[in-house]
Amino acid sequence: MMNNITATNDFVIRFANVNGSGSASANNLFSKAVFRLGVPVAAKNIFPSNIQGLPTWFEVRISEQGYLGRRGGYDFVVAVNGQTMVRDYQELLPGGYFFYDSSKRLPDTFTREDITLIGIPLTDICNAHYTEPRLRQIFKNIIYVGALAYLFEMDFTVFEDSIKSQFAKKAKLIEPNIKALRLGFDYAEEHHKACCGLNIHRRDLNGDQIMMEGNAAAGLGAVFAGATVAGWYPITPSTSVVEAFEKYCKAYRVDEQSGQNKFAILQAEDELAAIGIVIGASWNGARAFTATSGPGVSLMSEFLGLAYFSEIPVMLMDIQRTGPSTGMPTRTQQSDLLAAAYASHGDTKNVLLFPADPTECFAHTVIGFDLAERLQTPVILMSDLDLGMNVHQCDPINWDDDYTYDRGKVLTEEQLEHLGERWGRYLDVDGDGIPYRTIPGTHPEKGAFFTRGSSHDEYAAYTEDGTVYARGMERLLVKWDTAKTLVPKADVSGQSASVGVIYYGTSAWSADEALETLRTTHDIDAMRIKAFPFGVEVREFIEAHDTLFVIEQNRDAQMKTLLVNELSVDPNQFVEVLNIDGMPITASYLVESINRQLADVQSTVPREA
Amino acid sequence: MTFIRPNFRHPELSTNAIGQSIKSYEGALSTLCAGCGHDSISAAIIKSCFDLNLQPHKIAKISGIGCSSKTPTYFLGKAHGFNSVHGRMPSVTTGANMANRDLLYIGVSGDGDTASIGMGQFAHVVRRNLNMVYIVMNNGCYGLTKGQDSATADKGSASKKGVPSVFDSIDLCQLALQLGAGMVARSFSGDKHQLIPLIKAAIRHPGFAFIDVVSPCVTFNNTPASTKGYEWVRDHLEATGTIDFIPAKSEITIDYPPGTSRQVELHDGSELVLQKNAEDYDLSSRKAAMNRIEAVREQQHILTGLIYHNESAADTHGLINTVRQPLNELSQQTLCPGSGVLDSLNESLR
Repeated sequence: MMNNITATNDFVIRFANVNGSGSASANNLFSKAVFRLGVPVAAKNIFPSNIQGLPTWFEVRISEQGYLGRRGGYDFVVAVNGQTMVRDYQELLPGGYFFYDSSKRLPDTFTREDITLIGIPLTDICNAHYTEPRLRQIFKNIIYVGALAYLFEMDFTVFEDSIKSQFAKKAKLIEPNIKALRLGFDYAEEHHKACCGLNIHRRDLNGDQIMMEGNAAAGLGAVFAGATVAGWYPITPSTSVVEAFEKYCKAYRVDEQSGQNKFAILQAEDELAAIGIVIGASWNGARAFTATSGPGVSLMSEFLGLAYFSEIPVMLMDIQRTGPSTGMPTRTQQSDLLAAAYASHGDTKNVLLFPADPTECFAHTVIGFDLAERLQTPVILMSDLDLGMNVHQCDPINWDDDYTYDRGKVLTEEQLEHLGERWGRYLDVDGDGIPYRTIPGTHPEKGAFFTRGSSHDEYAAYTEDGTVYARGMERLLVKWDTAKTLVPKADVSGQSASVGVIYYGTSAWSADEALETLRTTHDIDAMRIKAFPFGVEVREFIEAHDTLFVIEQNRDAQMKTLLVNELSVDPNQFVEVLNIDGMPITASYLVESINRQLADVQSTVPREA
Repeated sequence: MTFIRPNFRHPELSTNAIGQSIKSYEGALSTLCAGCGHDSISAAIIKSCFDLNLQPHKIAKISGIGCSSKTPTYFLGKAHGFNSVHGRMPSVTTGANMANRDLLYIGVSGDGDTASIGMGQFAHVVRRNLNMVYIVMNNGCYGLTKGQDSATADKGSASKKGVPSVFDSIDLCQLALQLGAGMVARSFSGDKHQLIPLIKAAIRHPGFAFIDVVSPCVTFNNTPASTKGYEWVRDHLEATGTIDFIPAKSEITIDYPPGTSRQVELHDGSELVLQKNAEDYDLSSRKAAMNRIEAVREQQHILTGLIYHNESAADTHGLINTVRQPLNELSQQTLCPGSGVLDSLNESLR
């Protein structure tokens, strides 16, 4: 007798679809319904680098405990893609449920006895009720969502309300969609009564949270931060950042009277031009940004060096994907850290920010613009595909109307007029390594200078005097020290253990979940790093622990490299916990990996009393 | 060159209509080779801005990398300058222009900077019709790296090394025409009477204005076998017509015999007067301009002067419909939607 998985508000469902078939909106309808039932939900779109016809999966984790990372494994699969059906069938967890289109019978090779089959003749139902081929395709997806509503005992009115709000402006689509939901619901009720042990019951656990993509939040952040110029080049998974920026600009930034735009978005000819546009606009006093992914960062490197050395603010969003080279363009990774931190030839260092959810994508974008202008240097938001392109449950977007932008050290016409001493573009008068800059056109007689990527003295004049050059480079390190005090501080939890866990970005969801489990048996401290350069708290945390697990989604432990390199700490302190398969790291992997290595550490390195 | 230019200027040096002497438009002392054509172009830019009564600080001069791109240091010292990276002047200028549409943008580039490494950016800035003056100081070689052929070196032309170029050359005027530039001109650094009116017209042109200036490299490419040397260029120039720039509301008149000249009116009321030569053609016809360049080239001549002129197209700001006020002047209050929009925005995401 097999043991069916039974769970309420705690399981994983995987949808196996063909891309371009309209499945994404149906699957989002499902995950949004879970959210609206007050149950925490995490959905991940696992899609191909293709427009139509290849396999795509959508994984939804329902978690009453509020775990939003990827769990690993799936308890229920909606297998409506013939191309992947064998694999979807084989990988289903024992005791799980295999939901399929029973218009065609399953192949004889499907002989598992440890799972429950749930056949719904989706094609037959569609053919019986719809004549137009396109509608048959679209409603087939809606019908399975309706069937799931029955199987999981979900409140049907939530789906009806979702459809009504989704099609508020296309009212004639409401009824047919609800009809499709009803068809699936009724069929399941008639044929699969009480066969599914998985339920989603109403709770009130989501408070005022929202569901948003990280890229949309970053684009919105750029609007709130006052960005007016965006130069960009399309690349997955960053494209939707600028698309969101445009959407929100059109909502909030069009002059009511003239209909003219208070923003300029230029799709450039390549990533070089995209960042060139940003540098030109920032040099000229506007807030400007671009968004790209790893290949774009490689192309932008020369310009990043120019901005670093000539001290021009740059806001760059790197939505990381799996590298190297073209890599897996539609899979996630945290593998651009070194390329971004030290982008460009010569001695360079760039400020990095590591948002962990969409709310933070918004906040870090706003902070990023401030930092870029305050520090007159590139700031790179290190998001990734998982964060950027998936819809995540997160805290609502907040804004303090009393907050004013930090535009940094920019001399006004009046300040230039009353300048006492000779102004030097690269003169450190405040001792923080940050000089004062001027914007073209400010003053008729004072403040003009020549910006160059060649070596320059404190007054922006070309120099080949090695002493002067070295002085400038050393001053940039003073500025770097200032940056350490301005960037977001790491989150530290616990202070007494000898073992610490370090993580950042999208590993946070799974790391937080894993820590809950690990802490039931071990005393473990944790630190989530939010920025590079590292603040003093990062060094203190490392020095306070004997063993440090560094959780990363790349092969070479790039954060560890940064920590060892920048803080000159002992590399042997660190234990790497890495995931590089392009899928978001899972809590179960972290628990297993850290537990195993913890045993090794504790058996080989006896702790001092 | 290693000499010191005296700071002394005649106390009664004439001033222009905004009270500035020519000194206000000069820059630092040139460090290019003595006799470099580029210095003549710098001088023509200085004279043009002086004559047009421009406020120097309302100009931004942007360049790439190379000998030509060094020149912005040598003119308009009161203007901000930006010596960016090789071949990328167009994108930096594009960004700068997006931030503040009210400045005059003078982009300076070379034949290597534009026709090779920066070809992509050149093509796309033309296509966007960015409101700027784009000057190529074209000497057919890479001066800073000691004289390698550039992509504008004519096939068969030999520089100081004496090896004729085996590749076909790129004609940047033809390219600009094909990509839709509103003003296309070619000149010679040694002909300031032609170059200055062209630069003035380019400054007044409300969109992308391109001037390819043949500018001999005296050190590496001024040989008898070079088609970019002084001797060859002087012997093979063929102008579209003598050209004069007449500012708006000006009293200046130029007397050409009836039927031998024609006026090109610019959008601000100023005029270009062209003395027709034998081979007159319609300057607002891309096809005619293209044909003329080819015809002259077949005779191994270099067509100079105003080659094409059409002000009808909207510039980048017009095309993407930005507000009249420079974007870099918009305040936080104007730009930030504030917390007021967030209730409905957050609600739409639940």
